[in-house]
Amino acid sequence: MSTTPPDTLPIRTSDDVVFVRQQVRLRAVQAGLGLVDQTKIVTAASELARNTLDYGGGGTVTLSSIDDNGRRGVRLVFEDQGPGIPDIPLALQDGYTTGNGLGLGLSGAKRLSNEFRIESALGGGTRVMIARWK
Amino acid sequence: MPRSTLAVLAQLLADQEASIVKEWLETLSTGGQLQSGRIREPELRTQCTSFLQGLRTALAQDSNDTAAPAFAPVKQLLADISKSRAIQGFSPTETAMFVFSLKQPLVNAINRSELFAANSLAGVVWQVTLLLDTLGLYTMDEYQKSREQVIIRQQREISELSTPVVKLWDGVLALPLIGTLDSERTQVVMENLLQSIVEQGAEIAIIDITGVPTVDTLTAQHLLKTVAAARLMGADCIVSGIRPQIAQTMVHLGLELNVVSKATLADAFAVALKRLNRTVVSLKTDPRQQA
Amino acid sequence: MDRIPILKLGDALLVTIQVDMHDRLATALEEDLTNRIVKHKAHGVLIDISALEIVDSFIGRMLDNIAAVSRVLDADTVVVGMRPAVAITLVELGLSLAGVRTALNVERGMELIRLRHGAAERDVDVDNAS
Ligand SMILES: Nc1ncnc2c1ncn2[C@@H]1O[C@H](COP(=O)(O)OP(=O)(O)OP(=O)(O)O)[C@@H](O)[C@H]1O
Ligand SMILES: [Mg+2]
Repeated sequence: MSTTPPDTLPIRTSDDVVFVRQQVRLRAVQAGLGLVDQTKIVTAASELARNTLDYGGGGTVTLSSIDDNGRRGVRLVFEDQGPGIPDIPLALQDGYTTGNGLGLGLSGAKRLSNEFRIESALGGGTRVMIARWK
Repeated sequence: MPRSTLAVLAQLLADQEASIVKEWLETLSTGGQLQSGRIREPELRTQCTSFLQGLRTALAQDSNDTAAPAFAPVKQLLADISKSRAIQGFSPTETAMFVFSLKQPLVNAINRSELFAANSLAGVVWQVTLLLDTLGLYTMDEYQKSREQVIIRQQREISELSTPVVKLWDGVLALPLIGTLDSERTQVVMENLLQSIVEQGAEIAIIDITGVPTVDTLTAQHLLKTVAAARLMGADCIVSGIRPQIAQTMVHLGLELNVVSKATLADAFAVALKRLNRTVVSLKTDPRQQA
Repeated sequence: MDRIPILKLGDALLVTIQVDMHDRLATALEEDLTNRIVKHKAHGVLIDISALEIVDSFIGRMLDNIAAVSRVLDADTVVVGMRPAVAITLVELGLSLAGVRTALNVERGMELIRLRHGAAERDVDVDNAS
């Protein structure tokens, strides 16, 4: 079975966020995810893409389709060279925001994914990986 | 070079096949294997004959080790028989008796025959007994395995069957849940219910858990999420039939249901009708209805 | 710049969101709605999201904002037609939309608004410019 090669997309504008959502949806459908799972990963992607744009000053997302011994899914890596997150556990708390958001993006994206990893260094940018399996 | 005991036994099985099968079938039918019509005589006879022939082939290869390749075909046959017995509803004992009841006819045949020296008879009988015991136990194991498969399959079927969304009234759905709710099943149920709400334009959904013996934390959370999701879609949920133990568990877990709950499905239905501005009246007390 | 159309439906306003929302569109909608509620003395705002395949915290916040502004202007906001998969996801995301009312479809949403504001307040509004 052929899997689409990884794709790296820019996140520079609000329109890019829309495009990322569409591409993630395509991958999710290809991986055979059900409607609810598709919706979950697309929503998580939307949250993270917006954070990359709003707080990271823009960046990229790399989409890959995963096939681990027949277990298929979608993996997304969001990267930016922004200011970084000083206190990750704090940023992951429901309701914590430094902007005027609801503070649900990061924590919500974590709940909506099967895998979640975040790395951030003050002044060194932020990298968030999520995956959703079939 | 003298022929081995096993080879001689094989010879015996060939010579006396007809009489052994006849006696074996008699024992089996006295033991009740043919009663209740779960299996018919011709099928049973075929099984007996096939088993004897398989056994003979294995013994002719000078083997009495049931783990040896020589016994593979006999064991396959027994596995098949066990499987069909499990499906036909035989008990494990009845299934094992298929093999055990061959002992007597076989020992009789050995005694009748002149192939064995008188002083070796006890040894031969002992060998045959051990062999049939091993095969009998093997039958039990196989029976158990297929029984487990049957149970797993039935559980899956039941869980699919037991989560129907039913329409009680225009705009009122009920989801009578029966059996243990694991989180995977709860998820399926939840999606089904929400989908039905859209399809039927139902404003009220009653989740009845009278038939649910226990609820764990995860399941309780799924339940609450269903209620929350339904609200976002514009429908209200009523949970009915929460058993005392479940109520206690929920309170202990700090998961007091943040939803409308009613003791019984009937109570919940009454609430639903009221919300829809409907009421149930007795035909006798309403004179307009008498005609 | 494209804007999301707002229709007048009795004494309520109806917004059907069909496109993938982005920031400018959302901000414009909030502004437009505020003006139109005042202009038409609307008692309710129906936001039909049955075409939306996802609702993220951004749209969630927009819905909350619209509801808050409407409330100040004495109008109810009813979000209608949320799909099951979207609802399940929104709950998992942690968004409860506590400030908005919900209905299965536009008709039911209208009923809700009428019920709240009663027939007594029904004024004959002949302003049909939009
Ligand atoms: N890529 C990033 N770079 C720097 N800081 C970030 C990044 N992503 C998130 N943060 C910080 O973490 C906080 C929490 O993020 P989260 O997405 O949970 O909430 P929000 O974006 O503020 O609001 P919401 O997503 O609910 O609209 C943000 O307010 C921001 O301070
Ligand atoms: Mg965010």
